[in-house]
Amino acid sequence: MNEIKSSMAGTVLNVMVSEGDSVTSGQELVMLESMKMEIPVEGTEDGTVAEVKVTIGDFVNEGDVLVTIK
Amino acid sequence: MKKILIANRGEIADRIIRTCSRLGIETVAVYSSADKDMPYVRNATHAHEIGDPPAVKSYLNQDEIIRVAEEEKVDAIHPGYGFLSENASFARRIEEKGITFIGPSADVVEAMGDKITARKTMIDAGVPVVPGSTEIEDAEKAIAYANEVGYPVMLKAAAGGGGIGMQRCENDGDLEKAFSSSQNRAKAYFGNGAMFVEKFIDEARHIEVQIVGDHHGNIVHLYERDCSIQRRNQKVVEETPSPFISPETRNKIGEAAVNAAKQVNYTNAGTVEFVMDGEENFYFLEMNTRLQVEHPITEETNGVDLVEWQLLIAEGRALPLAQEEISPSGHSIEFRLYAEDPNTFMPSPGKIESLEFPEVDGIRIDSGYESGSTVSPFYDPMIAKIIASGENRKEALEIARTFFSKFQLKGIKHNGPLFENLLQESDFQNGHYTTSYLSKKLAHKK
Repeated sequence: MNEIKSSMAGTVLNVMVSEGDSVTSGQELVMLESMKMEIPVEGTEDGTVAEVKVTIGDFVNEGDVLVTIK
Repeated sequence: MKKILIANRGEIADRIIRTCSRLGIETVAVYSSADKDMPYVRNATHAHEIGDPPAVKSYLNQDEIIRVAEEEKVDAIHPGYGFLSENASFARRIEEKGITFIGPSADVVEAMGDKITARKTMIDAGVPVVPGSTEIEDAEKAIAYANEVGYPVMLKAAAGGGGIGMQRCENDGDLEKAFSSSQNRAKAYFGNGAMFVEKFIDEARHIEVQIVGDHHGNIVHLYERDCSIQRRNQKVVEETPSPFISPETRNKIGEAAVNAAKQVNYTNAGTVEFVMDGEENFYFLEMNTRLQVEHPITEETNGVDLVEWQLLIAEGRALPLAQEEISPSGHSIEFRLYAEDPNTFMPSPGKIESLEFPEVDGIRIDSGYESGSTVSPFYDPMIAKIIASGENRKEALEIARTFFSKFQLKGIKHNGPLFENLLQESDFQNGHYTTSYLSKKLAHKK
């Protein structure tokens, strides 16, 4: 299981994947808004989305798990 | 007015406190737990912690802010910019409790906050607007409209702002792809999924006009600010007067801004934003119903204190000057010092080890931080505004150059080096720049 974590505290602006989607390394999974900047969070390996742990508008801290990939 | 609460943080809270102190008005600061050591908390007469660092739990927490306002028995609330400054329901709630909202009426805040309504209002006022649609329901209709006006277009959320909620589209494919994701995002993020399409004005300048209205039917403008130096549709450098526009256009755009304000019986301070093409044709973009970040350059060239004007107007007093008494002189430029990488613009939160502003004649500093302060990742990363003013543009630039050559900030990345470079460039020195200036310059570097 690969956990994709937030690199920065911020608000979830967009979630581009759903559970069961197959994703590739480097694909943008979640868009965060932090300090008035849109920050894309990318997948680090190929796989299938096991769980999306956030929804749009959630506030996340640095290190929070956003998406898990199996 | 004897006591006001400032529903904001950082430099703008300090800025408002300064004017209040001078006028003998008590101030109540509110702060999140992340901001407890910020200078403005100490500088206010009273200070109250209102919640956890995320803005929704503190600076956007209306219940808690209103509770503090009632406990402190304040006469008014100054919302600053950002946060609750353009929140009509907040303005209504506090007015119902007999506390004055320092800004325009809640109805005006609401009407101008919806960009589709704002466009309609300006068309009715005879103010030119960017060619664009009314509300568009789906991608198919958006594409049909884009083909009518021609690409590129900007897809925008009616409730967007601050550079968030807009996307440039080059063709049908882009627009098709962007539409539903942008709409869902706007629904979730702004609570309003209404979308519209605007023609993208290429090689544009961003010119805005400061206006102020009182409760006696007077509305004046204090001339323009050129805010074309931007990154990610967010301003970094602003100056007045614009080095680009002719005296005729300067008067015309000022009159257009006053007409726009009159259409909605505008009161208090506000800004009418326009985009201008290379032929000096200008089009209404949006109206900001609050004090603007870059208001100091207008204060410097006009010799006025806009926060003082806001307080006077909120008390029901008349505007201190008539239009014919407003005649700015000299030149003023503001540089927004951000905690960010000067090349990638990525935010760089962290502790400021040392922050020293050299003393240079002609420099005004509006800062929210000091040595030892921490720039937290929760809010806008602006550290301070450096405002350089001189008798003319050349002198103002020279003053800025002297300042940045001596300026020292240690501990985090900041965009001071970007300004040092910018001030050396002949295009910038000659006033030849548009909103794409910084992105082109950086693309060239790569």
